[in-house]
Amino acid sequence: MAVEGIGARALRKEDKRFITGKGRYTDDMTMPGMGHAAFVRSPHAHAKVKGIDASAALEMPGVDAVLTGDQLVGDGIGNLICGWMIHSKDGSPMKMGGWRALEPEIVRHVGQAVAVVVADTQAQARDAADAVIVDYEELPAVIDPLAALESGAPQIHPEAEGNLIYDWEIGDEAATNAAFEKAAHVTRMEIHNNRLVPNAMEPRAALAGYDAAEEHYTLYTTSQNPHVARLVLSAFYNVAPENKLRVIAPDVGGGFGSKIYIYPEEMVCLWASKRVGRPVKWVSDRTEAFLTDAHGRDHRSEAELALDADNKILGLRVKTIANLGAYMSLFSSSVPTYLYATLLSGQYDIPAIHANVKTVYTNTTPVDAYRGAGRPEATYLLERIMETAAREVGLSPAEFRRKNFIRTFPHQTPVIMCYDAGDYDATLDAALKAADYDGFAARKAEAASRGKLRGIGLSCYIEACGIAPSAAVGSLGAGVGLWESAEVRVNPVGSIEVLTGSHSHGQGHETTFAQLISERFGLDTSAVSIVHGDTDKVQFGMGTYGSRSGAVGMSAIVKALDKVEAKAKKIAAHLMEASEGDIQIEGGELKVAGTDKKLTFTEVALAAYTAHNLPEGMEPGLKEGAFYDPTNFTFPAGTYVCEVEVDPDTGKTEVVNFVAADDFGNIINPMIVEGQVHGGITQGIGQALLENASYDENGQLLTASYMDYCMPRADDVPSYSLSTHVTACPGNPLGMKGCGEAGAIGSPPAVINAITDAIGDNSLSMPASPEKVWALYHAGVKQAAE
Amino acid sequence: MYETTYHKAGSVAEAASLMANADDGKFLGGGQTLLPTMKQRLAAPSDLVDVTKIADMKGISANGDGVTIGAATTHYEVSTSDLVKQKLPGLASLAGGIGDPAVRHMGTMGGSISNNDPAADYPAALVALGATVVTSKRELVAEDFFTGMFETALEEDEIVVAIKFPGAAASAYAKYPNPASRYAMAGVFVAKASDGSVKVAVTGAGQNGVFRMSAMETALSGNFSPDAVAGIAPDANDLLSDIHGSAAYRANLVTVMAKRAVQKA
Repeated sequence: MAVEGIGARALRKEDKRFITGKGRYTDDMTMPGMGHAAFVRSPHAHAKVKGIDASAALEMPGVDAVLTGDQLVGDGIGNLICGWMIHSKDGSPMKMGGWRALEPEIVRHVGQAVAVVVADTQAQARDAADAVIVDYEELPAVIDPLAALESGAPQIHPEAEGNLIYDWEIGDEAATNAAFEKAAHVTRMEIHNNRLVPNAMEPRAALAGYDAAEEHYTLYTTSQNPHVARLVLSAFYNVAPENKLRVIAPDVGGGFGSKIYIYPEEMVCLWASKRVGRPVKWVSDRTEAFLTDAHGRDHRSEAELALDADNKILGLRVKTIANLGAYMSLFSSSVPTYLYATLLSGQYDIPAIHANVKTVYTNTTPVDAYRGAGRPEATYLLERIMETAAREVGLSPAEFRRKNFIRTFPHQTPVIMCYDAGDYDATLDAALKAADYDGFAARKAEAASRGKLRGIGLSCYIEACGIAPSAAVGSLGAGVGLWESAEVRVNPVGSIEVLTGSHSHGQGHETTFAQLISERFGLDTSAVSIVHGDTDKVQFGMGTYGSRSGAVGMSAIVKALDKVEAKAKKIAAHLMEASEGDIQIEGGELKVAGTDKKLTFTEVALAAYTAHNLPEGMEPGLKEGAFYDPTNFTFPAGTYVCEVEVDPDTGKTEVVNFVAADDFGNIINPMIVEGQVHGGITQGIGQALLENASYDENGQLLTASYMDYCMPRADDVPSYSLSTHVTACPGNPLGMKGCGEAGAIGSPPAVINAITDAIGDNSLSMPASPEKVWALYHAGVKQAAE
Repeated sequence: MYETTYHKAGSVAEAASLMANADDGKFLGGGQTLLPTMKQRLAAPSDLVDVTKIADMKGISANGDGVTIGAATTHYEVSTSDLVKQKLPGLASLAGGIGDPAVRHMGTMGGSISNNDPAADYPAALVALGATVVTSKRELVAEDFFTGMFETALEEDEIVVAIKFPGAAASAYAKYPNPASRYAMAGVFVAKASDGSVKVAVTGAGQNGVFRMSAMETALSGNFSPDAVAGIAPDANDLLSDIHGSAAYRANLVTVMAKRAVQKA
């Protein structure tokens, strides 16, 4: 270790334990006398539960109990909730159906839990779960979101007539319609954003224990936000009061959004631990993960772009139907509204935008935020129609975009967001240069000589990170504030613990956050420990999602550091009989400017705790806390260029070059940022080419294992060419914007724009499976011949 | 996984006797299909009789122009065998493309052909090369051994001991993998025998497992070049269709893979 401050490519402190198999995940935890849970799950997409016969299961070896929804409801456990209120355009509140952690009456998707078995071993619990006999009466199911809105479709929740959850709008409809009336050219498209399964490497897990003497629960769980989990479990599900519930999210192996939410299984383990009288552990298997982890995306949209005679954009009109699945997951309502339609202006000066979003219940797994959450859907829609419009009017896709870029900041879009800073020409220029955009024709000709179809596609994305100003999101319906907290504890000998409300599940906070302290005090990063993920250790915090840990979480640390620094300087000035304004911190020492007087950071820390000689009236100790509430979102943006070669014989697409030029504002650790971009782009290429949650008409998930659900592998992607351009974010002290989701947001349209360029058919939808590409290309060839 | 009892057989006779005494036993030949199936609780054999440690079932030896491969030989061993690479390069290359390194180090040829997954690679090689399957009871030509999807001519207590491959003048395999599972969506093995006759066998695409493409064989016997098969496709009505590819798409893949196999051979 060394002094590695802002901008250093510091190796990740946490990797020693991860790479050597010494990580501590929920499944590594044990409690004395622990039992194991297995869930009895519905094989039907929609069915009445007429009876549950657990008598045979209860006789099996090792079985403690079989618990059902009736018992859960009887014990006063509350329904699972969606924590963001959206109102329809007619002013009515969203129509939320009841969601019980164990369903006693009507199951609404395959895999929904109706009972839980607790036994001595996992194998015993699973054997007994197989022996629980559930009497179902099948009901007609509806899987397709458009079909769910048709009259006569099966009714999924009594609360939501016609399966419509809300019918919401944003923007000025009259102004937008007027823009279309005077348009010289209108581009129209149907755009489908495919449903994805998050697939974190570590499946969800929970270990819950109840201390009867203290009436206190402990829950180890795979959470991105343990305090929010505790809050929801206490306030809404009535499991235990907050002071009687400790939630620990230890090492967590990836989240991508899917571990934000409170799911039935974790709650049932808590409840069962008291009811059965022993700690209860549950670890999801991969099939359960496919069936019950909140899915992502699943939008069907119609988009129209109006241009004037000079190819300047006049307006954008969007109608979207978003499938939320069988229940409203914790933040599901916000994803296709405020996280989606507010980004539809992209990097462009669009005078008028109107978007209408309907969300729908279907008999499928619930859908919620997944890496990017709404912003990939907005970017895909806008960047597909931008590329298409450029082709239609005969402009270079790059020049058409450039013609419409926003160049003055702050810029108020017609859809709430006010962009604070950016330089879209800079990232476009950098990407085009790195991709040798001008040399594409020669590469296409060379590929043709090898029998390959080469195509190139652009995507100029913008997203909103650093969620979020609490009052602003509160006014839009959020049930929580989205600030962050930090506490900086300087120990008596000068080592430092930073307690953060952010949670690291792969992001490398233990390294980047330590770099911040290293920079500020000139200390070795090994002298800094980052503490997170335990509600008994860390003050209330909001957790990690939406690329907020840098812009919001680290800003809270900066505020606390400011207080620590100010107090340390006061102490140093007092001890060295100098003026506070003359104290400078450098290389781990506090120096009096212009003299050779100095104290080490350790000496000042010790002085704070011995308190033998502190300034008059100063409290002992050196520990400060802060809450940081952002004043605006941050707006990372950039340009991605994808180049593909399609094999016309098989339809297989090879991504032969991928260039990303991003503006993330200031960067703490470029290596970690590059890792985030690599992962994000790979997920985006996965969505564009390979991934799709596919249901049959009865609601059976056909892609419920890796035999059928295709995750991107190393040989599916090229080495990426990355660069960053910095416009500092004016809204937070570090000038950071966020980088965690950009890759997944910006890349899918670049890939599809490239393939459609290669095959000459613009109707291609994601995922661009080889068969689809092959069929479209050959249909085009045939048509051209006729 | 359901509880099961594991037995390690030291000889073919002991394996047969262990199986005869089991309630609902399964032979374990590498386990790269069986164990994942058991882990998903889709199979629940009372006993597993491991045949991969039987010395008589291991190893690769020359057999005239051809080779004999013990049933417990791993895919990795087949793919790296100098003898196989020299005599049947198409077979060595096929073995090197099965699954991933972990599968290739555990999975065995006997295990794979006994399972007869319709998307497995080896059946195409055995049929096209005219291999003979030596079991604990008899010898069967490959085409009689594979009887349908996940079906073989094996009896309950019958064990594949070895596979005898005749020599070939040329052999090559080309497959189009399922993007998710990487099993063959269409795998075509082309073999030209020393007498000049050609066999073409297809795996991954057929509703009943491996099948021969006699029209391609005839065309290639006269003109062993990719162009000879360019216009020949199987009847899509006989092919598999699923979320990864329709029968029509698979029919196209068979043609394309046949061309590529001939090109390689």
